[in-house]
Amino acid sequence: MILVVLENQRGNIHAFSKEAVVAGQSLASKLGMELSILCMGENASSLKEQASGYKAKDLILAEHDMINAYSADGYSKVLSDVITDLSPQYVIMGHSYMVRDFLPRVSAKLNLPFVSDIISVTYNGDTPAFARQVFNAKLATNIQSDTSSNTTLLSFQSAAFSSDDIELGGSDAASVFEVNLSNEDIKSISEPEFQESSSGVDLTTADLIVSVGRGIESEDNIPMVESLAEAMGAEIASSRPVVDMGWLPSYRQIGSSGQAVSPTLYFSVGISGAIQHVVGMKGSKNIIAINKDEEAPIFEIADYAVIGDLMEIVPKLTEELKK
Amino acid sequence: MKIAVLTKAIPSYESSIRIDSTSKWIDEAVVNFVVNESDSYALEEALQIKEKLDNGSEVVVITMGSEDNTSKVLKDGLAKGADRAIFIKNEDSNTDPLTIAKLFADNLKDENFDLIFSGLQSDDLGSGQTGVLIGEMLGMSTATLGIETDIQESKIKVKRELESGWFQWVTLPFPASVSIQSGINEPRYPSLKGIMGAKRKESKVIDGQSGSQKQNFINLFIPKNEKATEKIEGDVDGIVAKLMDVLKNKLRVVS
Repeated sequence: MILVVLENQRGNIHAFSKEAVVAGQSLASKLGMELSILCMGENASSLKEQASGYKAKDLILAEHDMINAYSADGYSKVLSDVITDLSPQYVIMGHSYMVRDFLPRVSAKLNLPFVSDIISVTYNGDTPAFARQVFNAKLATNIQSDTSSNTTLLSFQSAAFSSDDIELGGSDAASVFEVNLSNEDIKSISEPEFQESSSGVDLTTADLIVSVGRGIESEDNIPMVESLAEAMGAEIASSRPVVDMGWLPSYRQIGSSGQAVSPTLYFSVGISGAIQHVVGMKGSKNIIAINKDEEAPIFEIADYAVIGDLMEIVPKLTEELKK
Repeated sequence: MKIAVLTKAIPSYESSIRIDSTSKWIDEAVVNFVVNESDSYALEEALQIKEKLDNGSEVVVITMGSEDNTSKVLKDGLAKGADRAIFIKNEDSNTDPLTIAKLFADNLKDENFDLIFSGLQSDDLGSGQTGVLIGEMLGMSTATLGIETDIQESKIKVKRELESGWFQWVTLPFPASVSIQSGINEPRYPSLKGIMGAKRKESKVIDGQSGSQKQNFINLFIPKNEKATEKIEGDVDGIVAKLMDVLKNKLRVVS
């Protein structure tokens, strides 16, 4: 059997979990296996309600007072117990920050392989191979898990599957997993999630974005890109390293830890295209990228790949735009 | 307090990455190895904690791999202020996070670290699992993507980064393994005095034997381009003229 585990995100099924359901349905149909969906921990009964239409053999509910809020200790213990009980061939989740936080614990507890951040699946007969990006997305690799392993844990990168493809027509079958947790199981204490006060800059509504990466080399060169953005009437944004250096404020950051945008034009300047950045902008309608490295992964998703020195191109382009 | 910092040597951003003849690994001969970026932040966080506590705490910088690739990493850590280094020598191209974590856990368990810091992920394999796996193997509490830390009596408070600008504080009793997000601090440069002093610090070498892997690379490949990308290259004036045409006439985003 295949087990998909749903994650709660502020009251709803996490978007990545919906994609995980599609991954699970696809794997189940290719391998001729049955699919179960586990609703566990925080908000579990509401998740079960929301998932009731999904095509699956059954929905499993695992609730306990001690995991009403997310806890790496509690979640890893409960999921390990479920896996030991049900022996699924594959356990599937979205590659969220929560999954990164607790699923390796399950892998270590049960000595099971965890293939994380998968972008696609191919099949050699009944044997699936899972592709993931490596070396800063410059390469990808196909991974096979050891066939002697009873269970393999999988997490899928966002947009590896589309939640539009969820198959509906679920059965009403449901069961409850008897959760056993005691005080010794939970060592760490989690406080409620919170959002830092934002600046009021909402990049998600911007139609044009000029975004700058580590290729800018120095804080002194930031005004050069700001002038380009101004000449185009665009908002300025950046990849993570620029924010880490303190060259632009964090609310300008695009990517998994920043904002996700889909403007008419995303004009990227000196950004290599690491996975964490690309997940925040690959939905852009048009992408122009300037980079001096012809092999920069950003070019794989760009409509226009400008291979050249941004220090020369940006000032001249700004000048032309101002004419 | 004893703090371990796990660091990894990875190909620099500028390095050209070529698949080798086995198609299971890269040609390391043409690669320049540097310290994984988020590991530098993990080291800085450990050094700042040691300096703030000012109670004789110890920071140990640890890496694994082949001697050629990793020697710079440990020297850099010692020069920045780590008290000693441990090098787990292992020439295998291990790609399974479980195998890698087990090598660390087996060889570090007797050190009884109060804290293990690691970068949130390595920019080569990028599984982002090692710190958590080691924590579980050694019976420690774990947290990931720490963007702020606060040491309290026999526990550490960690501000975890969540998606899209959300955060969460978690409190972990020692021993704890925490992965550190980039941007948490400003990593220092080694001082000349630090570089000179590094030579006199203890650097222990352990022969690490890897076990079997539960997941394997079948083949590395160059990702296919998902779009019909138009290349624009040549002299600067030509590039700028072409870009103006695209912006004005094709995309019509400027007038």
